Amino acid sequence: MGSRASTLLREEEIEEIKKETGFSHSQITRLYSRFTSLDKGENGTLSREDFQRIPELAINPLGDRIINAFFPEGEDQVNFRGFMRTLAHFRPIEDSEKNKNPAASEPLNSRTNKLLFAFRLYDLDRDDKISRDELLQVLRMMVGVNISDEQLGSIADRTIQEADTNGDNSISFTEFIKVLEKVDVEQKMSIRFLH
Amino acid sequence: MDSKPSKQTDFLIVICIALCLLRGCGGEIPPRPTGGVTVLPPVKPDEPQAYPDPEKDNLPVFTMDYPRIQIPFEVTLWVLLASFAKIGFHVYNKMTIWVPESCLLISIGLIVGAIMHSVNEEPPAVLTSNVFFLYMLPPIVLDSGYFMPTQPFFENIGTVLWFAVVGTLWNSIGIGMSLFAICQIEAFGVQDINLQENLLFAAIISAVDPVAVLSVFEDVSVNEQLYIVVFGECLFNDAVTVVLYNMFNFVADMPVVEPVDVFLGVARFFIVGLGGMGFGVLFGFVAAFTTRFTSKVREIEPLFIFMYSYLAYLVAELFAISSIMAIVTCALTMKYYVEENVSQRSCTTIRHVVKMLGSISETLIFFFLGMVAITTEHEWNWGYILFTLLFAFLWRGLGVLVLTQIINPFRTIPFNLKDQFGLAYGGLRGAISFALAFTLPDNIGRKKLFVTATIAIIIFTVFLQGISIRPLIEFINVRRTNRNLETINVEIHCRVMEHTIAGIEDLCGQWSHFYWKDKFMKFNNRILRRILIRDNRAESSIVALYKKLELQNAMEILDTVSGDISAAPSIRSLHEEKKGPVKPKKRFLAADLRNMHDILAKNMYKIRQRTVSYTSKHALPNDSRTREILIRRHSSIRRSLRPGSFQTTVVPKSHKYFSLPAGASLDSSLPPGRRTDTDETMSEVSFPARRPRFTPPTRSSSRAVVPLRRLDTLEEVPSVDILDERQTRSSAQDRVLPRSHSSSSEPRLHAPRLRLEPSENDSNSSALPGWAAEPRDNTTRNPLLRRPQWNVKKI
Repeated sequence: MGSRASTLLREEEIEEIKKETGFSHSQITRLYSRFTSLDKGENGTLSREDFQRIPELAINPLGDRIINAFFPEGEDQVNFRGFMRTLAHFRPIEDSEKNKNPAASEPLNSRTNKLLFAFRLYDLDRDDKISRDELLQVLRMMVGVNISDEQLGSIADRTIQEADTNGDNSISFTEFIKVLEKVDVEQKMSIRFLH
Repeated sequence: MDSKPSKQTDFLIVICIALCLLRGCGGEIPPRPTGGVTVLPPVKPDEPQAYPDPEKDNLPVFTMDYPRIQIPFEVTLWVLLASFAKIGFHVYNKMTIWVPESCLLISIGLIVGAIMHSVNEEPPAVLTSNVFFLYMLPPIVLDSGYFMPTQPFFENIGTVLWFAVVGTLWNSIGIGMSLFAICQIEAFGVQDINLQENLLFAAIISAVDPVAVLSVFEDVSVNEQLYIVVFGECLFNDAVTVVLYNMFNFVADMPVVEPVDVFLGVARFFIVGLGGMGFGVLFGFVAAFTTRFTSKVREIEPLFIFMYSYLAYLVAELFAISSIMAIVTCALTMKYYVEENVSQRSCTTIRHVVKMLGSISETLIFFFLGMVAITTEHEWNWGYILFTLLFAFLWRGLGVLVLTQIINPFRTIPFNLKDQFGLAYGGLRGAISFALAFTLPDNIGRKKLFVTATIAIIIFTVFLQGISIRPLIEFINVRRTNRNLETINVEIHCRVMEHTIAGIEDLCGQWSHFYWKDKFMKFNNRILRRILIRDNRAESSIVALYKKLELQNAMEILDTVSGDISAAPSIRSLHEEKKGPVKPKKRFLAADLRNMHDILAKNMYKIRQRTVSYTSKHALPNDSRTREILIRRHSSIRRSLRPGSFQTTVVPKSHKYFSLPAGASLDSSLPPGRRTDTDETMSEVSFPARRPRFTPPTRSSSRAVVPLRRLDTLEEVPSVDILDERQTRSSAQDRVLPRSHSSSSEPRLHAPRLRLEPSENDSNSSALPGWAAEPRDNTTRNPLLRRPQWNVKKI
């Protein structure tokens, strides 16, 4: 596993990824071997189909949205850098990073960036607002058959009502952050990556 | 008739013993055997005695010939009696919640045994002879092996083997030694049991029994990891038990144990274990290969499964290697390939028959266990038996603790204390121990004591642990409910985040040892599938399965929905809702809020947790929830690919997920090229317990949709029409999916900008893809659209 990966991934690349994302060396190599095992076309990039081939992702209600989050705007292929960049959002926040210099650019796995990731799952058209329809779409994905549209609509209305402070009938990112201020997002949106 | 093989005579003897019971039937009464298994010449039933005296010449109008049918008759009656007991339990639903079925069956057996004992009859010697090992045990083990979830099993195989082998050894030696120490105490009066005999006894009772454990665990929703480990452990500890039993048996005669014997014992263990697995795999492959050629003889396809697995069992018994492992590995190996080769009907038949046989065997075993507990001759020794119980608990607990400490670092999901408790407490003993105890050689002086002790342990563990495990596990797993209502926002967003995390974790492949699995899948695809599977078109068969599942699920959902439209509480504000462009701000009452929370809590899909609770043992695997998610996802993917679908953001109506609006036509404006490649999604999917079973010779287009009106009736005639319709259309735009990787299909797929915006216009509003695979032959078409056989659990 390791030997095959390291021949194809150069040390400089690993260093760059390490700096950008904060993963450790072994984590990067492990994720690289995962990347290559997903990459059936063996062309160094993943397409949406490669992701959809993962069975558990296929039955995840938000599977499509998650997959979509890996692909930058308008692109259909993601290389390893992009893959790692997205995964970096889910790195746990270590204490040493918490007290970083606020002037430095935020690491990918900061609380705000984690929330932004979740926000973007709703907000497909990237207008920085979760409209009622976008909310309804996600709700519909997450919910079983017994909910009628009216009920779901009411739930969506209530959601917007709770969060909306400026009255534009949609949830902006600031409002989103505000609503989730008491939630331990750092813990909820983190994965313990294996070495 | 003396030359008949001894197995058949044994069975005949057993049944003839059963004859003794029902004396009032005028048949000949054969002599009662002395005990254990003896070979007697079989008894020829006499001529019926209902003939009239030779003097009269009248034609007998009504004759009765009981002895002729006595054997099968009594077998049938016993089976029926046990099954009635089973039915009876479910009449009183409350009882089965708290008391597992095995306990109830044993109780009934005890009652019947008491009745028999009081009239001085002997029960059929089912558990005390070869009948148990040859006829009653294989179906259960086959059932367990066939429905074992392969992926979690292979992920945990290290742990399973570790617990099975080392755990059983630990238990046996620990219990044996401690009992030997106890025997030294004069007060108990068991000083004549030497070390070897103690070890032998310990080997018998230390093995966790699959029958007992699985029937108890079925109702307790333990997490999947725990289930798999216990499940695997009790199946695979058979190898160790066999070796230990034989070894100590052999050694019990000898005054001195030499190191050579220990070494030979270890060697024997490897032969037993690996031999069992080897035979199983061999027979599995042969079975798979055979089913490759059975397309013309569909009626007897299920037969091969049973014959081959039984053959594996018997051959293993022949060589005195672990037959349980043989049959389990045979089932595991065979299932994957066979389910691709056989027809849908055969597949369903196989599953149902396997379940049925397993269920009946299990019922009978517990039943007879109860009976035999009363009617055998007992020798009771308080000290020995109580200490046996104590040590059994103690050593199992210790063993689990120590072994988990050692193996936890190697596991991706370590066992926490709760899991360990479940593991230790779930170590029930069952009928196998008893049967082994009864077949102990008679030259062991204290055989009766051993038998009694075994029964005591079995009844104790099954009753006490079986009944109490459920409340204990619930008590330990107390969920902290958040009684203060969070905002709806938090609830929804948190669930979104949890799903995301679950998805990313799966994406990173954290749990599966995907490297080896990948390698195996490559080997599988390249070599094994070519040999063993008939039309080796891996991807297309998966597409076929997917389509079929979606169709079936859609029909199920339609039935559910139409039968029970609004299972959720209604919201009062529904009535005032206006669908204007500007909605006035609604006031939500507290009651509405609570309703909303209820709705969300009940209906949001649960996360794919690491510790998913396992489905019931007695039901066939059920995927309705999975399938529904798949349908929705698939439809959203498909919708996103249509040209011009990105602009509108019409909210999808819920009923559009399942069918066209009534009256709408089948056509959609989707050009043939726009197929999604989610069929590639499933290339590695092993849907829980289901593999694709047939491959369509041609590919149908994505447009073919089952219209609403036809779904209601579910008749076969329209279904054939639909298929015909689809076939004609599909032949027009036949498109064979390239076998190659996604890279070639990308250009087609991504010509429009692929944004996963689930929006749609009316004509494409069918979320039901509704493709039916074209089955290979006409006879299997209809099951495709028929109602699925298994129950849909309400979500």
